[in-house]
Amino acid sequence: MMVPIDLSTDRLGGRSDDVYAALLHAHEGLDPDASAALNARLILILTNLAGDPDAVIAAIAAAAKR
Amino acid sequence: MARFAYAPFPYRTPPELSGGRTGPAPMAIVGAGPVGLAAAIDLALHGVKVVILDDNDTVSTGSRAICWSKRSLEIFDRLGIGERMVAKGVTWQVGRLFHRDREIYAFDLLPEQGHKMPAFINLQQYYVEHYLVERCADFPDLIDLRWKNKLIGVARRKDGVVASVETPDGTYDLAADWLIACDGARSRTRELLGLDFAGQVFEDRFLIADVEMTAEFPSERWFWFDPPFHQGQSALLHKQPDHIYRIDLQLGRDADPEEEKKPELVIPRIQAIVGDREFSLDWVSVYTFQCRRLDRFVHDRVIFAGDAAHVVSPFGARGGNGGIQDVDNLAWKLAMVIHGNADAALLASYDEERIRAADENIRHSARATNFMTPKSDMERIFRNAAIELAADHGFARRMVNSGRLSLPCSLAGLSLQTDGPDCAGAAPGLVCPDAPVTGADGRNSYLLDHLGGSFTLLAIGDIEAPSIPGLDIVRVGKRGFADPEGLVAARLGRDVLYLVRPDQHIAARFVASTPEGIAAAFARAIRMNPKRTEAAA
Ligand SMILES: Cc1cc2nc3c(=O)[nH]c(=O)nc-3n(C[C@H](O)[C@H](O)[C@H](O)COP(=O)(O)OP(=O)(O)OC[C@H]3O[C@@H](n4cnc5c(N)ncnc54)[C@H](O)[C@@H]3O)c2cc1C
Repeated sequence: MMVPIDLSTDRLGGRSDDVYAALLHAHEGLDPDASAALNARLILILTNLAGDPDAVIAAIAAAAKR
Repeated sequence: MARFAYAPFPYRTPPELSGGRTGPAPMAIVGAGPVGLAAAIDLALHGVKVVILDDNDTVSTGSRAICWSKRSLEIFDRLGIGERMVAKGVTWQVGRLFHRDREIYAFDLLPEQGHKMPAFINLQQYYVEHYLVERCADFPDLIDLRWKNKLIGVARRKDGVVASVETPDGTYDLAADWLIACDGARSRTRELLGLDFAGQVFEDRFLIADVEMTAEFPSERWFWFDPPFHQGQSALLHKQPDHIYRIDLQLGRDADPEEEKKPELVIPRIQAIVGDREFSLDWVSVYTFQCRRLDRFVHDRVIFAGDAAHVVSPFGARGGNGGIQDVDNLAWKLAMVIHGNADAALLASYDEERIRAADENIRHSARATNFMTPKSDMERIFRNAAIELAADHGFARRMVNSGRLSLPCSLAGLSLQTDGPDCAGAAPGLVCPDAPVTGADGRNSYLLDHLGGSFTLLAIGDIEAPSIPGLDIVRVGKRGFADPEGLVAARLGRDVLYLVRPDQHIAARFVASTPEGIAAAFARAIRMNPKRTEAAA
């Protein structure tokens, strides 16, 4: 049976503000090209960290839906 | 240095035009490229008579395909030219990837020993065709190879095909029961049948050059993203026999193919890679690449194989290698149908199995080409991110794509194979793994030397191999070959029975020897209705 992929539960243990701030901090002073490159590297690293191709593909689909 | 000497093959007036003896041919093959020639030899090994038509009278001009995979070499070995190819070719298994001026990683394609054939060799396509043509001459009663015989028309009949053929002496009609179209990427047969060839076209142009030089580059595949000598593009360097090196240079979308072929442009580009060594240009061409395939390969009595059926970009060496595997899959099926040992329905499995393989080859080749030729800023950003991360992050190396090199397609789960049981060894659908064996006479050989060409029961260990009509038996263990290094057992398991197809793929395996179970798997593997088999028995 396919287990539905849960993309919405908070898994950051109450530290979402820390993570968000670190993300913005990393982009400070970067021009759009450098920011885009940073984002791409980050996405690839997180993709691997997730360790679950189906979950990553579901996350991509969720992000693509607007 | 002996370079390959092109010599035209002699044209002879065909019997239809010289008043000689003619009659319908069981099999016509259009195209004497690697695929058509291999098909003719495979069919001849099954005792089927073939006429090959080729519009030209030489082997491939320029080396074109150079990388031949382990699987192709195993097939070529079955056809009788594998050892000759390996002896002449440059064996390699290491690839290195560079970004700008630093190496980001290296891979080894065949880290294990105990296989007859290496992971890859490089050998110019003209040598392969030349060896195949010479091998055809071993079957003078079965293979009629007609140079300068061009297919110009096809009429489909209920139980055959009539091909119109143009020669220097005029045109004639050739009636055949079956026609295999191996007439390449621009297939005339495809055009005459009005078949759609849908797919993807890549806009980037690539300069492909074969350069002769004495150099000490190792026998490795070197691939660069954005090298200092060719900024913003990709480049590849690969060694071939006769001191010839293949160089691929991406040129981008706006390059003018005619200009780019001119020596005054090519030579400085090559110098930038090889430095101030002396070299000479052997062959230069500018390409764009495509990935396309026919919707179906079997059209009643006309069957497509090789580039006529599907084309891919060359990153991954899946074109020629894929075509050779088409032949491996098709020849035994056609031979069984022609000899009355199977129904024509068996041919549907050629579509099923080789379309799966073509899609796999297209998917890999298209992804590699996309990686090399980003179509948008964002594609380029992700591509560069993967390359940049690759130096320090193992996972990212697997995202960097300079071509996923050709591997045989698994036929698991498709209709000729019988699933189960779960056990150690190789699963149904895979190519039977190779391993060293020793005969009762003390002679060393390889397992795959003894498989292929017919359906075979391969018994490993103590299991009994029942005698079943139509099945050969090969034993490894007490009463058969010895397993000197234990690699047969390591790769295939102990006390197991495999049903191996004529193309060396595993159709089924058994841990208990039941004649009914084996007969049922065999019937399934040739699409024979079991009821009919009983009735016939
Ligand atoms: C630059 C480059 C590099 C490549 N590298 C590799 C590689 O490393 N490894 C790999 O596996 N593949 C590679 N390929 C692909 C490989 O060359 C092809 O897949 C292979 O040649 C296909 O073989 P084929 O026999 O189907 O067709 P072809 O080799 O094209 O042969 C078709 C034959 O049909 C004949 N013909 C055409 N029309 C007619 C007609 N009307 N009547 C009679 N005869 C006709 C032609 O003269 C020709 O002899 C490469 C291709 C290119 C261009």
